[in-house]
Amino acid sequence: MEFFLVQLLNGLAYGLLLFMLSSGLTLIFSMMGVLNFAHASFYMLGAYFAYQCSKWLGFWPALVVAPLLVAGIGALVERFGLRTVHKFGHVAELLLTFGLAYVIEEIVHLVWGRAAVDYQIPEALNFTAFHILTSSYPAYRVFMMAISIAMLIGLYLGLTRTRVGLVIQASLTHPEMVEALGHNVPRVFMLVFAAGAALAGLAGVIGGNAFVTEPGMAAAVGSIVFVVVVFGGMGSLLGAFIASLLIGMVQTFSVGIDYSIGDLAGLFGAQIPEQFASITLARMAPMLPYLLMVMMLVMRPKGLMGTRET
Amino acid sequence: MSAALELKQVRKSFGKTAIINGVNLEVRQGERHAIIGPNGAGKSTLFNLISGRFALTSGSISLKGKDITNHAPFEINRRGLSRSFQVTNIFPKLSVYENVRCAVLWSQGHKYSFWRHIGKLASVRERAEKIVREIGLAHRADTLAGLLSYAEQRALEIGVTIAGGADVILLDEPTAGMSHSETEHAVALVRQISEGRTLVIVEHDMGVVFSLADRISVLVYGEVIATGTPPEIRANARVQEAYLGTATHE
Amino acid sequence: MSEQRSGITPWIVTIALAIALPLLFNKGFSLSLFCQMGINIIFALSYNMLLGQTGMLSFGHAVYFGLAAYFCAHALNAMGQGAFSFPVTLLPLIGGVIGLLFGVVLGYITTKRSGTPFAMISLGIGELVAAGSQMFPDFFGGEAGISTNRVVGPKALGISYGPQIQVYYLIAAWALLSAIAMYAFTKTPLGRMANAVRDNAERAQFVGYDPQRVRYLVFIVASFFAGVAGALSAINFEIVTVENVGLAASGFVLFMAFMGGTGSFYGPVIGAILVTFLQVALSGYTKAWLLYLGLFFLLMVLFAPGGIASLIELHRPAWRARQLGKLLPGYVALLVPVLIGFAGAVGLIEMIYFVETSGGGEGEMRLLGVSVDARQPTAWMVCFALVVIGVLGFRQLRPHLLRRWDDVTLALRAAETRAPSAAVPGVGT
Repeated sequence: MEFFLVQLLNGLAYGLLLFMLSSGLTLIFSMMGVLNFAHASFYMLGAYFAYQCSKWLGFWPALVVAPLLVAGIGALVERFGLRTVHKFGHVAELLLTFGLAYVIEEIVHLVWGRAAVDYQIPEALNFTAFHILTSSYPAYRVFMMAISIAMLIGLYLGLTRTRVGLVIQASLTHPEMVEALGHNVPRVFMLVFAAGAALAGLAGVIGGNAFVTEPGMAAAVGSIVFVVVVFGGMGSLLGAFIASLLIGMVQTFSVGIDYSIGDLAGLFGAQIPEQFASITLARMAPMLPYLLMVMMLVMRPKGLMGTRET
Repeated sequence: MSAALELKQVRKSFGKTAIINGVNLEVRQGERHAIIGPNGAGKSTLFNLISGRFALTSGSISLKGKDITNHAPFEINRRGLSRSFQVTNIFPKLSVYENVRCAVLWSQGHKYSFWRHIGKLASVRERAEKIVREIGLAHRADTLAGLLSYAEQRALEIGVTIAGGADVILLDEPTAGMSHSETEHAVALVRQISEGRTLVIVEHDMGVVFSLADRISVLVYGEVIATGTPPEIRANARVQEAYLGTATHE
Repeated sequence: MSEQRSGITPWIVTIALAIALPLLFNKGFSLSLFCQMGINIIFALSYNMLLGQTGMLSFGHAVYFGLAAYFCAHALNAMGQGAFSFPVTLLPLIGGVIGLLFGVVLGYITTKRSGTPFAMISLGIGELVAAGSQMFPDFFGGEAGISTNRVVGPKALGISYGPQIQVYYLIAAWALLSAIAMYAFTKTPLGRMANAVRDNAERAQFVGYDPQRVRYLVFIVASFFAGVAGALSAINFEIVTVENVGLAASGFVLFMAFMGGTGSFYGPVIGAILVTFLQVALSGYTKAWLLYLGLFFLLMVLFAPGGIASLIELHRPAWRARQLGKLLPGYVALLVPVLIGFAGAVGLIEMIYFVETSGGGEGEMRLLGVSVDARQPTAWMVCFALVVIGVLGFRQLRPHLLRRWDDVTLALRAAETRAPSAAVPGVGT
């Protein structure tokens, strides 16, 4: 019970973090039809910028400065990269962001080295928030959730209460119509791209010290975020939200469970070879999100809440 | 003999908006059947339903007596129905000749073959060359389709449509956006290729419709209000009121 | 209206080159380089069946390469223990079949969608297999991978595959056979319909073809050739690791095909040769070689999305009309600022890297043969200035080249109107 509650909270914190990434990805995809391969790289940059910033200025300025820096880079990428290759079609756009992800990873190697950097939770938040029976729960996790939820509310208000938000929202469901109304201004594109990058950067700031800040973090999270987006249905914010929480839970819970395939087979009285029987759920954990995605695609190719075919 | 194409109580709604409202239509074998109607009457939608591009909300469609309701477009095509598009829809990075050849392949039984050299398939080559000559693009055969002029692309659109030898042909505004002389040329082409086939054509140019069609159906607000020979349609009071009436005032 | 005749000459030249290469460059280093090139040529060509010919952007093609390599390594090991006997010469065929079988299973899921979702699913499947490799350490060999020994099985005509030169000719033969087979594939009904589906999948439906089926079949064929390449890789390196199935390997084959050019058949061959060379040559000189490769890739995406082959095709008419000489001075002039800017950028990157690895720029650093002190601002300012000069110079000289191009285009058009039949081959059948 205790284990379950702690894992539930951890899963929630991780799921919300995933949603900060997948929401930006979804918004960019819906608006511009671009699947941003470098999205998780923005997450990584957020973490590294925050690390550098907190060394110089402290954590709290970093919380603001790092996402803004990432947003600036995002705007530059949109202005000088995506806009240039837009005329060559979606494949070129995808390739551009793919190459960018590659280059960003190499630049991180170059500047910060190949090993993980020592990006730590700030002292002010390094205490126990509350106890669940005998387990103590760290305050930083609570802080992460608070930031994520605050962003969520901010995103919601931004989308529903502002003019730009309404344009963005309209283009989620009726992109052609918005274009026809003359709203397809490049400035909105740049804004959305920068905002998505900022969200990813913020996720990096609060995720980088909770987990680990290393050059491989973009690739590790990037594929999971893609799973979230495909699973939830491309272009659907609600789908991305549900899928983020689900994948967050699945990943958190599965690593702590030593239930094996052999045990499962034993329930049915089946005998299976030792090689397979010894595989525990914890060992399968890295595969689970992808298995979920494949299962979803076989049963419902559009994804959970998706409406678009391509 | 069963009808070439028969639509029974066909309905199509997008969300709450009903575009096609219970259409009944019978196209006889070998006739040239024109569908006319004001803008937004649902003519193109009707084509999209017949050819399998959209799924029906309700009703049924049969082709030469066999049910094709909600079949995939390629299945309907294999049963001998081929269509053209109002907005040119070709393979832009393939040459004119290759566009036509791709449209010939299935009907010649080559399916997904990857063990035969396409250049050595004599019947495919002959048929593709014949079609390219018929549509008057022999001198442009090696040009990429995307580089053709508008009128040439429209001709290729028809070529791709007829290449598979389907006996029921649906043409969606083949003369749209053409100059007068280009239209004449296109009409001659349509007349020629529809010889011995069943033709359903959507057309705005009334001169073309009345000179070409054996029978005409009038579609207004998603319903067929009249079907008949050109003189019958001219004399029909409802048609005059709903359609031609407004046309003569112009 | 004839088939486009590319002629048999390029093939004969290629065969002659493949035979002669190891005689001209017979150092061990160049031989192993040629072997890698051969493997990568097959791999890149098979990748281009997906991207260039059918419009499927895959981020998981290494799965079929890597799994085939694993199976072949295990097969070699089993042969070494005397479990069975099979000629190593034909092992790539087994690899191909393994790739094909995985293509049948995984390709079915992947090709359910097209466009961007296809790209994401191919990535997901790739990650699935990579993650799965941790679950089966017996098969994948964990961190160390699976080592093997190619000198097993029956020896025919004294060929043991012990010496690298024998492996080279094995790879060359398979590369040629595969290239011919893949070229022939483009001339079949399925190969042509793949192009049609790439151009306009919807219209393909209205001429009787199921685009999903076309993609699936092409995917299977491409997986077969990826498997052939994988098997050759197992024979050549005698080791297979998890990296062979991973995203990095999938990205690498995409790099090769794209840089060479996906719009023509020979593009990926150029890409494979060039990228393999850069990989081997650059990685010896600088630790930042992946960054250079990535930047090169980005520049290509931005300014030459058709790859090197498209640049060649661009100049072909001018070459035929003997107008290329007019362009040459423009290019040479442009080369100067490009080299200056390039030198500056390389200097900056290397200095950043040097500071990072040496812990604050201690010690002497050598840059393009010049001794540089990375702690002094002078070197940084010089490099930065070089970059600025390069960019400005490029902007200054580019219009000059464009004007030359205008002249050449006009000259070509004039030639075309004078002899129209030559410009449009195959008039009226």
